[in-house]
Amino acid sequence: MERKVNQKAWFLVLPVVLIVCFSALIPLMTVVNYAFQDTFGGNEFFWAGLVWFEDILNSSRFHDALWRQFLFSGLILLIEIPLGVVVALSMPRRGLGVPICLVLMALPLLIPWNVVGTIWQIFGRVDIGLLGWAVNSLGISYNYTTDPLSAWVTVVLMDVWHWTSLVVLLAYAGLRSIPEAYYQAARIDGASRWAVFRHIQLPKIRRVLVIAILLRFMDSFMIYTEPFVVTGGGPGSATSFLSVDLVKIAIGQFDLGRAAAMSIIYFLIILALSWVFYTVMTAKRRDDMEVGQ
Amino acid sequence: MSVELVEVSKVVGSETHIRSVSMKLEPGSLNILLGPTLSGKTSLMRLMAGLDEPTSGRVLANGQDVTAVPVRKRNVAMVYQQFINYPTLSVFENIASPLRVAGRPKAEIESKVKQAAELLKITAMLDRTPLELSGGQQQRTALARALVKGAELVLLDEPLANLDYKLREELREELPRVFSESGTVLVYATTEPTEALLLGGNTATLHEGTVTQFGPTLDVYRRPHDLLTAQVFSDPPMNLMQVRLEGGRLQLTDGQEMPVAGLLQGLPDGRYTLGMRPNHLALERPTESAVEVTAEVTVTEITGSESFVHVDFAGERWVVLAHGVRDLSAGDRVPVYIDPERLFIFDAEQRLKAAPGLQAAA
Amino acid sequence: MARIELKNLAHSYLDRPRDEADYALKEMTHVWEDGGAYALLGPSGCGKTTLLNIISGLLVPTQGQVLFDGRDMTREPPEARNIAQVFQFPVIYDSMSVYDNLAFPLRNRKFQATEVDRRVREVAEMLDLTDRLKRRAENLTADMKQKISLGRGLVRPDVNAILFDEPLTVIDPHMKWLLRGQLKQLHKDFNHTMVYVTHDQTEALTFADKVVVMYEGEVVQIGTPEELFEKPAHTFVGYFIGSPGMNVLDCRLEGRQAWLGEHKLDLLAGHHVPAALGDKVQLGIRPEFVTVTRPEEGLPARLERVDDVGRYRIARLTLNDQAVAAILPEGSELPSDTAGVRFEPSHLHVYMDGHLSEGGA
Repeated sequence: MERKVNQKAWFLVLPVVLIVCFSALIPLMTVVNYAFQDTFGGNEFFWAGLVWFEDILNSSRFHDALWRQFLFSGLILLIEIPLGVVVALSMPRRGLGVPICLVLMALPLLIPWNVVGTIWQIFGRVDIGLLGWAVNSLGISYNYTTDPLSAWVTVVLMDVWHWTSLVVLLAYAGLRSIPEAYYQAARIDGASRWAVFRHIQLPKIRRVLVIAILLRFMDSFMIYTEPFVVTGGGPGSATSFLSVDLVKIAIGQFDLGRAAAMSIIYFLIILALSWVFYTVMTAKRRDDMEVGQ
Repeated sequence: MSVELVEVSKVVGSETHIRSVSMKLEPGSLNILLGPTLSGKTSLMRLMAGLDEPTSGRVLANGQDVTAVPVRKRNVAMVYQQFINYPTLSVFENIASPLRVAGRPKAEIESKVKQAAELLKITAMLDRTPLELSGGQQQRTALARALVKGAELVLLDEPLANLDYKLREELREELPRVFSESGTVLVYATTEPTEALLLGGNTATLHEGTVTQFGPTLDVYRRPHDLLTAQVFSDPPMNLMQVRLEGGRLQLTDGQEMPVAGLLQGLPDGRYTLGMRPNHLALERPTESAVEVTAEVTVTEITGSESFVHVDFAGERWVVLAHGVRDLSAGDRVPVYIDPERLFIFDAEQRLKAAPGLQAAA
Repeated sequence: MARIELKNLAHSYLDRPRDEADYALKEMTHVWEDGGAYALLGPSGCGKTTLLNIISGLLVPTQGQVLFDGRDMTREPPEARNIAQVFQFPVIYDSMSVYDNLAFPLRNRKFQATEVDRRVREVAEMLDLTDRLKRRAENLTADMKQKISLGRGLVRPDVNAILFDEPLTVIDPHMKWLLRGQLKQLHKDFNHTMVYVTHDQTEALTFADKVVVMYEGEVVQIGTPEELFEKPAHTFVGYFIGSPGMNVLDCRLEGRQAWLGEHKLDLLAGHHVPAALGDKVQLGIRPEFVTVTRPEEGLPARLERVDDVGRYRIARLTLNDQAVAAILPEGSELPSDTAGVRFEPSHLHVYMDGHLSEGGA
């Protein structure tokens, strides 16, 4: 029997193509469209070329927002990843403690983002919030509405509280898949707790950690709801991260062209960084690679 | 059903998994794929089942081309090395599952499952779940499921590898008989030559994706067409010696000369490889014509009734199977006797020229 | 290197074991000599791995003691026992080179760098790993990986014992021959006390000087491969060792005569017949010592089938409704379906309730 070659299979892919078009491609193209034009309302558009891009890339406001964004993402990765791994390591491996721990860990992940914001907004208030009141009672000046440092601490703390569980769950799943024999061999080899972590656990959870880092990086880079609810980007623009700034421009100032151009730059940054993370962390180790002694 | 592979190849990326394999499996036959890990046994089975499509070549079922027919449309069952069952279903439901999928009437399912369970001796376990069973019983459940499916092609991929030695012995004896009545084509992959011999049927020896020989198991064992086949189908490994035949004189690796007698007669001059099965070598003179060489003992393994004496002969590592318990220590120099009637002789191209009971054509 | 003593040892995985059946390991007292090669042989669930884990310190027994050279080790953790263990599936540190893998146990114990280097190279030489020392361990073949885990044990100068937990499971048959040979050679060269757990009789018999056969949590026989073959202390040993295993035939004893149905066999003077017979009296004879004859020359039997396995053939017969296997050498002639069988009297054993009936017992 000759195998018939035909193109019918493409029809099967069509629904997916259509859905992707309407849900992603067309909105994205609209944004691209806006980014190169200017409008004064009334659906009239003028070609603007690269004006918006030049403008943004030269604006100190964008630089500041970008810098704040990097600082924020860097900070939360530095805290959440090690913390998540440590918590996962200290969780019980069998018994009744396992389901209890897992449920506790999953709780923050189940709360809607704006509710998380509201919780922390109240929690941190100086007058009625437990955290704000307690810290101030200890003689430490804390007020997230006036003090930039307080605002930062609040936002970072909130993110850590909200998302470390995700890292914990991923790392825990990775740890659980390590066969018992590895731990036994390590004990027999006289390995210290640190050596067990360094040479057995870490290599075995490397893959899930890559996923955790990627997820947390992308998510934190797009953070909007929580800081918006708690600090509204302030005080001043102290917690105006990229997306907060973007919304201010797009909706607050109705500057569609600039906002669109910024979205594209933003999108490209996330894409590029995710790619870099991914390639660096999953670089395949070759068989014949000589490793140092 | 008969299954035929015609020059089937499978290339994945830059690696050739199967290299131009042609073989015909007759209805109701038991066929063994014998070869070490990664020799292509599983790849070949996947091609037979239709789980993979060959890169080139054709697969015929009853003479019909089924190369592009996916596995769901073929009547195939497969059992793996790992015990694969539905963990939440009872043994009964596990066995019944292919019949339920096929929408068979209740009474038929009942009787077929009972019958299969009876054959595989798990009737008492029907109400349990697989996790409450021993490894052997779990595999019996998987086998029973393959059996009730009434598949025309049943593929068993090292089904006994994860079982205890003795359990293996038991199941190995039952297996061919359990499936023999259905007229099914049975394909059985194994890494162990002894298992192939115990099962009988036909054997295909595999080496790096090539079927080196396919035929009745004992024929392949007794008349391996080439050196590779002989090596794949030998446990313990076949003992080898390079020799040179010149003007009626045969020179061994250690410089010694061996009279041209027995199977060595009638060979043209040239280089040859002599292969000797461990049970064909002896530590005592077996016949008048046997040739004595001296080798150095490296290790002796005793099984109670026999001893495997590992020796070093001019740099080659040999194993001699001797009757009784031999207490030899490493470094002992012992005579090893080569019987000129019990040799496998391969020419420079590694083709078989003579074997025990098969004289070289003069 | 050490002599291992097990004193009144028993173990149950339950917190409060009530009766015999709750014990995975029934009470036992044994001494394993320094420098011996021992195999623990038995089917899965017989307690052999439990026993191994108690010796290595991964399990603390419910009762009894483990002594190394007279020192009580029962409650010492594995790292304090100076033992090495090779597991069923290769355990290697993937992210390290072969060299670092071998050096790991020494570095953990703070050995001098020069000493580490010397020992690692020595062990690598022994195991034919020298040319792979700098390779990453992750992508090596299974047999290489098993050699590395073995090497991590051998590298330590003070190893009391090396334990193997079915180490050849994932190795191809051809490699098994080579590795087994190397293991045996290592044992001869260094005289470590070695304990090898397996369900595979060939591995156990070829490796060990003494084989410990276990069945349902009990040690049923400890003996050399020859003893296990010639004189199985229990019908289970007879069945489990040998392929096919020993023929076990129900019989009736009358004086010094054994009756198989209406067929009579005279026992030898060497056969011990106790005054009080057990409930179940059986005769045991290995297939190697059964000869198939013409019908009139032996006990009449029916030949059911002959399996040709290459270097020998197995004749399956029925004698008085009981299955009997006989091993025939390659190329021997067989009578047709009615045949006779003859048992070599000196290899015939009498069993009472499963146990070998021996003089003085």
